[in-house]
Amino acid sequence: MFVTILFVVFALIALGCAIGVVISRNPVHSALWLVGTLLAIAGFFVLQKAYLLSAVQVIVYASAIVVLFLFVIMLLGVDREESLGDPLRIQRPLAIGLGLIGFVLLVGIMGNRWATGAETATGPLRGEAGGNVEHVARALFTTYLWPFELTSALLVVGVVGGVALARRSNADEEEAA
Amino acid sequence: MGTLDLIWLVPAFPAFGAAVLLLFGKRIGEPISGWIATGLMFLSFLTSIVMAVAFVGLPSEAEHRHVVTVFDWFASGGFEVKMGFLADPISITWILFVTGIATLIHLYSIGYMHGDARFSRFFAYLNLFVASMLVLVLGSSFLVTFLGWEGVGLCSYLLISFWFERNSAAVAGKKAFVTTRIGDFGFMLAMFLIFAHLGTLDYGAASEGVSELAGGTATAIALLLFLGAVGKSAQIPLHFWLPDAMEGPTPVSALIHAATMVTAGIFIVARAHPFFEASQVSQDVVMWVGAITAITAATVALVQNDIKRVLAYSTVSQLGYMFLALGVGAYGAAIGLVVAHAFFKAALFLGSGTVIHGTGENQDIRTMGGLRRYMPLTALGFIVAWLAIAGLPPFAGFWAKDEVLAKAFFHGDYAVWVIGLLAAVLTAFYMTRETFLVFLGNERFRAAAHGEDAHEAHADHDAGHHEISTESPTVAYPAAPKEPWLTHDPHEGAPTMIAPVLVLAFLAVIGGLIILPFKGIEILGHFLEPAFEGVKPIYPTSFLAGFGLSVVAVGLAVTGIAVAISMYRRGLDDPDDDPVNRRLGALGRVFGNAYYVDSTIGRLVGGPVRAFADWTARVVDQGIIDGAVNGVASGVSAIGGGLRRLQSGIVRQYAIVAFAGVVALLVYVLVRSL
Amino acid sequence: MTPTATWYLVVAALLFSIGGVGMLVRRNVIVMFMCVELMLNAVNLSFVAFSTQLDDVGGQVSVFFVLVVAAAEVAIGLALIVAVFRRRRSGATADDIAELRG
Repeated sequence: MFVTILFVVFALIALGCAIGVVISRNPVHSALWLVGTLLAIAGFFVLQKAYLLSAVQVIVYASAIVVLFLFVIMLLGVDREESLGDPLRIQRPLAIGLGLIGFVLLVGIMGNRWATGAETATGPLRGEAGGNVEHVARALFTTYLWPFELTSALLVVGVVGGVALARRSNADEEEAA
Repeated sequence: MGTLDLIWLVPAFPAFGAAVLLLFGKRIGEPISGWIATGLMFLSFLTSIVMAVAFVGLPSEAEHRHVVTVFDWFASGGFEVKMGFLADPISITWILFVTGIATLIHLYSIGYMHGDARFSRFFAYLNLFVASMLVLVLGSSFLVTFLGWEGVGLCSYLLISFWFERNSAAVAGKKAFVTTRIGDFGFMLAMFLIFAHLGTLDYGAASEGVSELAGGTATAIALLLFLGAVGKSAQIPLHFWLPDAMEGPTPVSALIHAATMVTAGIFIVARAHPFFEASQVSQDVVMWVGAITAITAATVALVQNDIKRVLAYSTVSQLGYMFLALGVGAYGAAIGLVVAHAFFKAALFLGSGTVIHGTGENQDIRTMGGLRRYMPLTALGFIVAWLAIAGLPPFAGFWAKDEVLAKAFFHGDYAVWVIGLLAAVLTAFYMTRETFLVFLGNERFRAAAHGEDAHEAHADHDAGHHEISTESPTVAYPAAPKEPWLTHDPHEGAPTMIAPVLVLAFLAVIGGLIILPFKGIEILGHFLEPAFEGVKPIYPTSFLAGFGLSVVAVGLAVTGIAVAISMYRRGLDDPDDDPVNRRLGALGRVFGNAYYVDSTIGRLVGGPVRAFADWTARVVDQGIIDGAVNGVASGVSAIGGGLRRLQSGIVRQYAIVAFAGVVALLVYVLVRSL
Repeated sequence: MTPTATWYLVVAALLFSIGGVGMLVRRNVIVMFMCVELMLNAVNLSFVAFSTQLDDVGGQVSVFFVLVVAAAEVAIGLALIVAVFRRRRSGATADDIAELRG
């Protein structure tokens, strides 16, 4: 019962904050609403005993990524209120309509038994020994070692690319001058 | 075998020379570039001699053909072409006289082209031509030969229109190129047929495969090859380009259009003789085309007034003789005539070049005469060559021509034999006429002395190389001679020009030695024997019969000479009044216009063919083809214009389309599961 | 009554739709980016829900990889936004960046 209450609370937070992200006129507010959603999802992870992921969610998403967002907003000075009117008149009703249809379809698909797949296809989550952290870590460093290493390469490439894109080149300065 | 493996050097020398002169010729300049070209030709000639010696030195039981593969040209599926050279008696004979005569003509050109603005380019072309010709004769497969075949065609075009500022030269070059092209298609089709039926283009393999061919196929191949030969060797009906080719510089006429390139047709028939041997029809065609060409061209030569045109028609006629011999199956005799003809015709052309040079670019024999006093050495060479071509013993021409006629006789082709004799009489006549009008008789080349006027006329003509005329090289007959313009004495050519004439004349005298028809000393015939294995030899029925035929031939030649001498002993009293015209009457007009072949073709192409071409250009090309092309283009452009609006550049529109795609995908997944 | 996997999935679907709609209706590029993050989190949530339901470690490993990719994406995406904004000081909404108009 306690779990159910928690679930409802987290769900309300997650969805409410998500709506807040979308309808805030100020990007800084959007970022703060986003933090709420991310924390609620971390709560969902805890409810499902995915302790490692919930920790990573808080550390990486709710802090690092959101901080990065805020950083960029501040850096660029775009933290102004902006009008929520849309110059493309058909865009908003169309988007909302598509969103609703998409939701209904997703729920419809969810109701099918086949949509859930086979049990324990890649390895058990609740083994005899060890907790959630050990199970995920074992899978990551044995079965998925190669993809895991590749992600490190991806991050390095991302960082180098980010630096290359964002740094002010000489040509830019000349142009600005 | 080691020496023969180096046979690729023979074409490599002139090819190298052509490359060097084309790249650096301008910087090397005159006369060094000429000497470079000549030197490389001489090296090539020496190499040819070495090759010939090495070839003769082969043990008699060894196979008398040696293939050298230089590199693999290309391979496509099962079809492999090797850049290979074939040393056999035929190719050795050809490279010997080609390089030899080419060397002399290169030497001559140094003097003849003196002062020309494109001196080095001329030698580059000459070298390129010889390299192509050598590739042609040395090729070990039809395709390699075809490479050289097209190469000589190109060089012929370039050299005929070498003085392209003159419209007539440009026109003549195009004419030669287009006309020989018709023959080239025959050659190509023959190659396709050979490959389709035998799966190879290699001479050796193809010759062995001939026996498997159906009779019709062999005939088709032989006739198509002969079509190529007809184009290259200026036989009827593709003969009319050769006289116009005289627009080129005279050394070119001597080298290409008398001595070497035009014998490519003879070469290819000799080389591919198994195909002709396999088809009686094709042999008869070759023989008759040769005979008809020999007599027709000889009649046309009777009344020509241009010193080089006489020789040009004479060449056509002599080539007809060679084909006649090939058709009879007397390959050795044909090649003997090729060699002998190369000697004396080159001498005649070079001699006429010296005459043209020495008389201020005059080419009209009606306004010459008595030149032997001014250019005695040239006259000597020319006269020797004249006696050779006229068929007097002991000159080479006699032995060669006599051999051809005898073979025709003993082969049983009496009609052809009679035609050949008749052509021989005419040859003796027109060559005597030319010789007397040019070197003997009265002097008619001086301008009527009007002081300054004459000087101006002469000055005008000195610029003659570069004057632009719109007149076609084919002059309507009869045309009155131009007023003579020479105000000074004609002069003898430079030593580099005289020496080649004399050497060639000397060869025309002793060249007969290699083709003497006596048993045991038929040097050339014996040498060629291995190449024509399986060809039935033709022997005279008796020595007496052979001797009798020779006597008849000589008697007729002497008759022809005598008639001509009686008419031209004193030259011409009036350049406008040529006795041969008076005697021939209306026939002379027909001969003079070369049977109206040119003008008929001109009228045909200019009239109906042109109208048809115009029609296709207007209706088919502009209407249908262009319409289709433009229709496709405008259709694509319309679709593009429509789609362009979708490309709004607004990212959120793209996103919503993508999102709609996702929704559609979800619909699909859901529907599939129901 | 404890929450089953279906509950989580419904929440995830709702989050996903909200993120998608937000991405379509907002013009501020940074906010659009945040909406993409919302959608990614919705997917992560469903991954974990399936993982728990099916007793399969693969779901949670996938979440890990999605996280890494999202981090890299944010790094690059924000760098792109910085570069774009630096070029055009005024009006850098998604609709203004339309150089590729056909």
